[in-house]
Amino acid sequence: MQIDLRTVAIKPLRNTFDHLVERFGDKPASRYQEGSYNIQQEHIFHYRPSWDADRVLFDKKRTKIQMKDWYALKDPRQFYYGAYTITRARQQEAAESSFDMIEERGLAELIPNEQKQIALDILLPLRHVEWGGNMGNAYISAYGYGTVMTQACLYHAMDHLGVAQYLTRIGLVLDGPDALDKAKDDWMSGALWQPMRRHVENLLVLDDWFEIFVAQNLVLEGLSYPLFYDHLDSEFSANGGTAISMMTRFMGEWAGETAKWIDAQIKVAAAESPENKALLSDWVKQYRAVTLDALTPLAKCALGDKAAGVLEDVLTEFNARCAKLGLAV
Amino acid sequence: MDMQATKKKLGLKEKYAHMTRGLDWETTYQPKEKVFPQATFEGIKVHDWDKWEDPFRLTMDAYWKYQAEKERKLYAVLDAFAQNNGHLGITDARYLSAVKLFLTGISPLEYMAHRGFAAAGRNFPGVGPRVACLMQSIDEVRHAQTQIHALSNYNKFYEGFHAGASHQIERLWYLSVPKSFFDDAFSAGPFEWMIAIGFSFEYVLTNLLFVPFMSGAAYNGDMATVTFGFSAQSDEARHMTLGLECIKFMLEQDPDNLPIVQKWIDKWAWRGIRVLSLVSTMMDYMLPKRVMSWKEAWEIYFEQNGGALFNDLAKYGIKVPDCIAQCTVDKEHQSHQLWLTLCTHSHAMGLHTWLPDAEEMDWLSAKYPNTFDKYYRPRFDELRERADKGERFFANTLPMLCQVCQIPMLFTEPDDPTKICYRESEFQGEKYHTCSDGCKHIFDDEPEKYIQAWLPVYQLYQGNCWPEGTDPTAEGFNPVAKYLEWCHIDAKDTGDYEGSSDQENFAAWRGVATQNV
Repeated sequence: MQIDLRTVAIKPLRNTFDHLVERFGDKPASRYQEGSYNIQQEHIFHYRPSWDADRVLFDKKRTKIQMKDWYALKDPRQFYYGAYTITRARQQEAAESSFDMIEERGLAELIPNEQKQIALDILLPLRHVEWGGNMGNAYISAYGYGTVMTQACLYHAMDHLGVAQYLTRIGLVLDGPDALDKAKDDWMSGALWQPMRRHVENLLVLDDWFEIFVAQNLVLEGLSYPLFYDHLDSEFSANGGTAISMMTRFMGEWAGETAKWIDAQIKVAAAESPENKALLSDWVKQYRAVTLDALTPLAKCALGDKAAGVLEDVLTEFNARCAKLGLAV
Repeated sequence: MDMQATKKKLGLKEKYAHMTRGLDWETTYQPKEKVFPQATFEGIKVHDWDKWEDPFRLTMDAYWKYQAEKERKLYAVLDAFAQNNGHLGITDARYLSAVKLFLTGISPLEYMAHRGFAAAGRNFPGVGPRVACLMQSIDEVRHAQTQIHALSNYNKFYEGFHAGASHQIERLWYLSVPKSFFDDAFSAGPFEWMIAIGFSFEYVLTNLLFVPFMSGAAYNGDMATVTFGFSAQSDEARHMTLGLECIKFMLEQDPDNLPIVQKWIDKWAWRGIRVLSLVSTMMDYMLPKRVMSWKEAWEIYFEQNGGALFNDLAKYGIKVPDCIAQCTVDKEHQSHQLWLTLCTHSHAMGLHTWLPDAEEMDWLSAKYPNTFDKYYRPRFDELRERADKGERFFANTLPMLCQVCQIPMLFTEPDDPTKICYRESEFQGEKYHTCSDGCKHIFDDEPEKYIQAWLPVYQLYQGNCWPEGTDPTAEGFNPVAKYLEWCHIDAKDTGDYEGSSDQENFAAWRGVATQNV
């Protein structure tokens, strides 16, 4: 039997704010809606930015992509700050227990040397790629348009910092601080890493924020995460490196979740107009080529003979994903 | 290769350094100037970014963990508040004018801070400040959202909230005061942003904003506001540390930075103090249950705390801003002059005002023995007499605004509290008016910037603030009524509290909640 506690019932005058009623009808709004829609100011700005005097503070022209309603780019995860941090805290707790177990039981010492070496050579320098991802998404958060996009990109930027820090911890577990120095040397001057570093640095000087979104979030992450946290991860597990897989658990989960958000952005933007679709498709083609060039030597180093086949699989999946999003790639 | 894992336990500082600073690198495929194009144009010289002391030392896993705990608690309280008609626990629905001012004047600034710190975070060549700024940026989006969520319940029951915060801050004349402040800071470079917001606003002036609001909420039974205030407090402590670190860093890096930083401190101290005028009215007039007077708050949080800070900064050559002498005069007058203006213009506002009653005026006399009875009580008495005769006075026109702070020209001369202070500057053949020596000085230093100000009253009279399709030649055309329509302000949102539907509903609902009727 259910018993409803009685409280004094006072009928509210209204369900929510006017702009949400206009968008979603006269009903109670979700916390995501209240915290995201029409939060960024849009129409009236006092001073031209000293760093971009041809535009206003929040300017739709900072990207070539155009939307009638920028709030169409909503986040299917409905992340406002509270939902975001609570989700990440839960995932972090699971990741933490993996690290604890590995450290308490000395599992890292059971990893075969060859696997450990691949992890040190490949996963560790990736922390710098993640830092590039942080900077790109911070840029979008600063100069992008519409709270639904800018808040999600800041969460994404912080996630990249988080992933970089998990990769750092892997280095510390496997080989201590020296491993990080070695990875940095590889990143700076090892031949294997130069195409990737050049690509990441080139992304740091783009000024169209949606272009950064495509190059970084769709293409670079879309190709590299399956390669490293799916295929390479399987190799680790299959060859006695389960402890490494345990330490990259966060990345695998995170990539799956965030891909849904990224897809939703691309799909809606592409469906908006033929111009958007063409531009997004061109960007994907352009950045897919350089990303593949940068990933190929890393795949060969990590996967040896299997590299070509794996890259082929990754590419096929990625192309199918893009096609599903309405892109011509 | 020897693959033995190193067993040495890392210290917190060392571990944090690996987790953040170790991630960055000096780019070689792209020049630093292209990666960080905003690092130099303000003239600040930085020789060694590694000298930056990281104020937070939080890694992301710890950040998520602590912040998620706070969020869980906060939303549990907000849910309970909504479920149990917490909105009836406040002292009086008059109090909600302060909350309306907070939601429309402050919450949008939190959002601007989120964007501004994201920009600063992307622009500093040093990894330490980049991470610290990003952490603050994400905290600020938290604050905007938790405030909206906490106050959304009031919107369901009371007038004045429904238009939404951004809609109002873009349009309402008194809200262009805080809006122009953040637009000003965000349109400057990243270093000035850090002095304007990180240091002046978050470090020097923040107590004058948040302590009165949150204590006011506690005194007046507003548990929703108290809860988000407490929940934000630990974030704010981090932000204050960042503000202090950034100024010390700039001053320690190069002696040439001192005059630039001093100029920004002078500017942003005065800009900030003008914005806080709105808070002074809240403390002295809008809280049914008062916490302390504005003058007392000023003396504690600015004169004592701020004074100690400036003593510390003296070793770098920083001087107390000249405008502070004016503040010593203003603290006696500011809230009264501004509230009188708000009372006589409340037909064009998104909140209610009221004339202080006898008990409240006695409180003001006691708190302001030098000025209240002499200059302000007689004016409130006269307004009260008129109101009692059914002729509550509202000004027929909207006030002239200061070109810099955008507050109506209502403050008085430093040496004569009966004479309105006007200052005039000429730029490119046009005359511009400011409300004080402080604002005139700011204008004269950057006239190209301040002539761009979007002054709502002037825009209204130029016909730019009416709904699309408005015909100003139509019979009986009322520009202010059309302006309010454009602001999405309804008749119920505005005017005197006496006789308002907020007053009526609150009384009726309280009756239902506390009596057997």
